[in-house]
Amino acid sequence: MGRITLDKVAKRFGDVEVISPLDLTIEDGEFVVFVGPSGCGKSTLLRLIAGLEDVSGGQIRIDGKDATAVPPAKRGLAMVFQSYALYPHMTVRKNIAFPLRMAGLSQEEQERKVEAAASVLNLTSYLDRRPGQLSGGQRQRVAIGRAIVREPSAFLFDEPLSNLDAALRVGMRLEISELHNRLATTMVYVTHDQVEAMTMADKIVVLHAGRIEQVGSPLELYHRPRNTFVAGFIGSPKMNLVDGAEAAKHDAATIGIRPEHIAVSPEKGVWKGRVGVSEHLGSDTFFHVHDTGLAEAITVRAGGEVSLHHGDIVWLTPDAEKIHRFNKEGLRIA
Amino acid sequence: MARAVTRRRKTINTALAWGIGLLIFFPILWTILTSFKTEGDAIAYPPKFLFFDWTLENYAIVQERSDYMRYLWNSVIIAGGSTLLGILVAIPAAWSMAFVPSKRTKDILMWMLSTKMLPAVGVLYPIYLMFIQLGLLDTRIGLVIVLMLINLPIIVWMLYTYFKEIPGEILEAARMDGATLKSEILYVLTPMAIPGIASTILLNIILAWNEAFWTLNLTAAKAGPLTAFIASYSSPEGLFYAKLSAASTMAIAPILIMGWFSQKQLVRGLTFGAVK
Repeated sequence: MGRITLDKVAKRFGDVEVISPLDLTIEDGEFVVFVGPSGCGKSTLLRLIAGLEDVSGGQIRIDGKDATAVPPAKRGLAMVFQSYALYPHMTVRKNIAFPLRMAGLSQEEQERKVEAAASVLNLTSYLDRRPGQLSGGQRQRVAIGRAIVREPSAFLFDEPLSNLDAALRVGMRLEISELHNRLATTMVYVTHDQVEAMTMADKIVVLHAGRIEQVGSPLELYHRPRNTFVAGFIGSPKMNLVDGAEAAKHDAATIGIRPEHIAVSPEKGVWKGRVGVSEHLGSDTFFHVHDTGLAEAITVRAGGEVSLHHGDIVWLTPDAEKIHRFNKEGLRIA
Repeated sequence: MARAVTRRRKTINTALAWGIGLLIFFPILWTILTSFKTEGDAIAYPPKFLFFDWTLENYAIVQERSDYMRYLWNSVIIAGGSTLLGILVAIPAAWSMAFVPSKRTKDILMWMLSTKMLPAVGVLYPIYLMFIQLGLLDTRIGLVIVLMLINLPIIVWMLYTYFKEIPGEILEAARMDGATLKSEILYVLTPMAIPGIASTILLNIILAWNEAFWTLNLTAAKAGPLTAFIASYSSPEGLFYAKLSAASTMAIAPILIMGWFSQKQLVRGLTFGAVK
């Protein structure tokens, strides 16, 4: 079991409120991702759940039991850190066995569980090495191994992939998702990378300046962002946000159009502009169109075959059905 | 940027370094040489450097007249005991200052260091009286306690600096892994800080071994360490330089040999954390 409930949880460092009182329920077996820009309080929130920081107010319940004052060791949670935080003086085997040793398991039982975890994570041939002799990806797997042997009620991941190179990151992302499918244990995952959030999460919690902006499934957030912050944060490249007269035409203070919901034509359309930078990814091409008369450049996504050059004049037409409308406060209008 | 060093400059630097090194080492060398001279050669003028009648009689006389082994054993117990006790007290203290600092931590560290600025003789009288009351005068345990307290600020400071270098996330990982405070310090922090702890121990043994003020003032016959052994050859005996030198050589030999063998460790520990 691993149901985590946050009830008006708040955190202050001195006079600075890092987390405003917030409520959140993480269901058993769910993969929840906390995402937000740096400094939004996502890591602090995870550390509050872990017990590595004390809450300034509110209550944390794990499986219905009040865990607010329970020390981290007794919460039954396992954590994977950004820096891996392996014990450099111990071999991989001892690193993975450490939580079992702390729990007072017999030598044979420790050995059996370490072997099992190592085979799941392809670490069997590295068991007698020290962390210093492993690559970044292997270290990360050891950190995950150390977490899974405990059979925790929930896993906490604090930006676990941000020290890895891009190719390895994609691989590890799949491995972690696979692990979640197999173990079906609650996972709480912190990242600033919205691609990680979108691809891995059952439920995304978007945080901004210590507040929850929106909670929902990746596609809910993508299709129905609750406000302009979520609209701009979720999706890559980011949504085009337009205000002023163009927005007023749709009875809104701000309208948002995703790059993939704008048609490009050399002859006719709603907005006329000039192509600036084009980013060719093969499968897609992103154009940045300037001088449309709107405040900011518009990003457009087109097929990989579309070929336009710097300085070309194009016409853009947003898909009227797919326009998101926001009011003066930045909140979504139905 | 690498700086070009000319050959000439390198030679001068090397010569200078050797010169300074020899200058520092000279008194020790002179003491060792004198210990092999007759009393006559020891005070000869002009001084005899290497060409004299080498003799071991000073060592024989010193050994005959006083029980070197007893002094040595006292030194070992006092230096070792005060270091061990100091480390046991300092590890938790440095842990709390490095990993759960409060607003006052810096002040406490400064205050601890400031006690080293006080002239020891300023507290001799009260400590002497306390020792009489507690029956600690001329006991090894008394000296172990005093030397531990005297050197504690240095031990705490050194360990604090080493602990600061250890990433806090690793200790947090241990906490998440179910380690109690004791296990965290015992199985994670201490092994990671071994180089730092080792050099702290070495330095502290050297300091305690060479400490003379307290050992001379608080001991008489029973608990005197090697510093008292040397002192017993100075004043009452008059100017017997050769015997005094033999006693000194015997007193400093163990610590000199230990320092020689552990110098790599000592230097590594003292510069630990300076370069990441």
